[in-house]
Amino acid sequence: MSQYMLLLYTTEEEEAADRTAEMPMWLELNRSLEESGLLTATGRLHLSTTATTVSAISGEVELTDGPFAITKEVLVGYYVIEAETLDQAVGVARRIPLIRYGHVEVRPVMDLRLE
Amino acid sequence: MGTSRSAQSWTCGLSDSASDAVVRAFRDERAAVLATLIRHVGDFQLAEDAVQDAYAAAIRSWPRDGVPANPGAWLTVTARRRAIDRLRRDRSVADRAERLAELVRLDQQEHRTISEESSIVDDRLRLIFTCCHPALDVSARVALTLRALGGLTTGEIAHAFLVSEPTMGKRIVRAKQKIAAAHIPYKVPRDEELPERLRGVLRVVYLIFNEGYSATGGERLVREGLCEEAVRLGLLLRQLMPDDAEVWGLLALMLLHDARRAARVDEQGRYLAIAEQDRSRWDRARILEGLRALERSVRLRHPGEYQLQAAITALQMDEEPDWRQIADFYSALVKLTPTAVVKLNRAVAVGFADGPRAGLDLLAPLLRDPVLARYQPLYAAHAELLKRAGDRHGAARAYQTAIQLSANVVERVELERRLRDL
Repeated sequence: MSQYMLLLYTTEEEEAADRTAEMPMWLELNRSLEESGLLTATGRLHLSTTATTVSAISGEVELTDGPFAITKEVLVGYYVIEAETLDQAVGVARRIPLIRYGHVEVRPVMDLRLE
Repeated sequence: MGTSRSAQSWTCGLSDSASDAVVRAFRDERAAVLATLIRHVGDFQLAEDAVQDAYAAAIRSWPRDGVPANPGAWLTVTARRRAIDRLRRDRSVADRAERLAELVRLDQQEHRTISEESSIVDDRLRLIFTCCHPALDVSARVALTLRALGGLTTGEIAHAFLVSEPTMGKRIVRAKQKIAAAHIPYKVPRDEELPERLRGVLRVVYLIFNEGYSATGGERLVREGLCEEAVRLGLLLRQLMPDDAEVWGLLALMLLHDARRAARVDEQGRYLAIAEQDRSRWDRARILEGLRALERSVRLRHPGEYQLQAAITALQMDEEPDWRQIADFYSALVKLTPTAVVKLNRAVAVGFADGPRAGLDLLAPLLRDPVLARYQPLYAAHAELLKRAGDRHGAARAYQTAIQLSANVVERVELERRLRDL
């Protein structure tokens, strides 16, 4: 078996729209993947407006508010980490060698645990 | 999401002393109360709403029951209880139970320690670092800082930055959402991060000041309010971080500029250099305050960009400026912030200290830089130096370039006058 990463893209308008109506479809998909042992990890991200982009291409580490949006660069990898604060998460991003020649977008993952 | 109102609009019609007390408490205590509450509830928006509830409660109960002995403590306790009420009603918060338990615990425990000066100081310092966090857009940092620590309403901030109130409101809401969702921390950065983060905070405060100081048009009065807010923030930072040379340096720089606010433009709205200003319109008390702050900064023996700029400004305000020393300070400043503006100013200062030829030598590399090809002040300075060096043809050519690049009518008229006078 090989691992595959499925990357989900949509527009900002669709991102912010209410998805309550289609929740059963998401739940059904996740449940069946889990039952068949095919699911490694999945998550819903907070809005792209909560993103912070980290890069050191200019020589110094710079933070930018918002998602990464230059289409010339391509996705090459990912980390999912646990962190107490954005500063901790950015601290990890700063250690990724790629920031010298690319960008790392740090995006909070929604906490979907119900009370 | 409550839009804010200024204290005055809330209190009209109340008895005078109680109403004055609420207005005063709004002006003097709001930032501290909000800062403490954000720590307690861990959420910017909830804290703001609860603080607003507390002021509304003060308006109802102070005229009836009298003004409490410690208004800040009263407002903090009241706001915390309103936050508890709001959290109990709001089921959408993920870690609601934990937060509620923590708040209730605080409400039972903290009465004794609530007015402790040190914790209030720490809370406001934390809040400044949150508002000026580098992961937020710069315009959002400015707006949040003014909103949370300066006590301006969203409408006032929008007006001062010449954008519509809904636009500014959206900017602030978005920033608060990011703070909550991305867990931008509410704390003073660790020692190794502190210098860089503090630089970011000072930059935001100076940006606010310059936004007001550069206003010369019709909106001038409203925008100049930003200078006062920035000075207030500078005074607050001085109180919170009295051992930092740059905190004092920035305060000195702002005070020395602010003291000359009334004299900085002529009737036509043209900017006047310090030497051209009417000294009788300078605010002597403010200048003294600025010089004292500069002295404190220098005594901390850690020169930085703001201290150097303040020292340069102070020297330029002398009747007979010491250009040699000004040029030396600019050389030190170029090492710290090698921007085109600083390099240009150094060339001008050296031109006065060592003669126009020395100034022209320093200007040469800037004139070759393609990035500065359309930078009007460069050509105006070039023209001045050439004129003083006796090169009238060269000066005329430089003035003509400066005139072509000038976007401002008043400035263009002045440059044309200088060209004619050659």
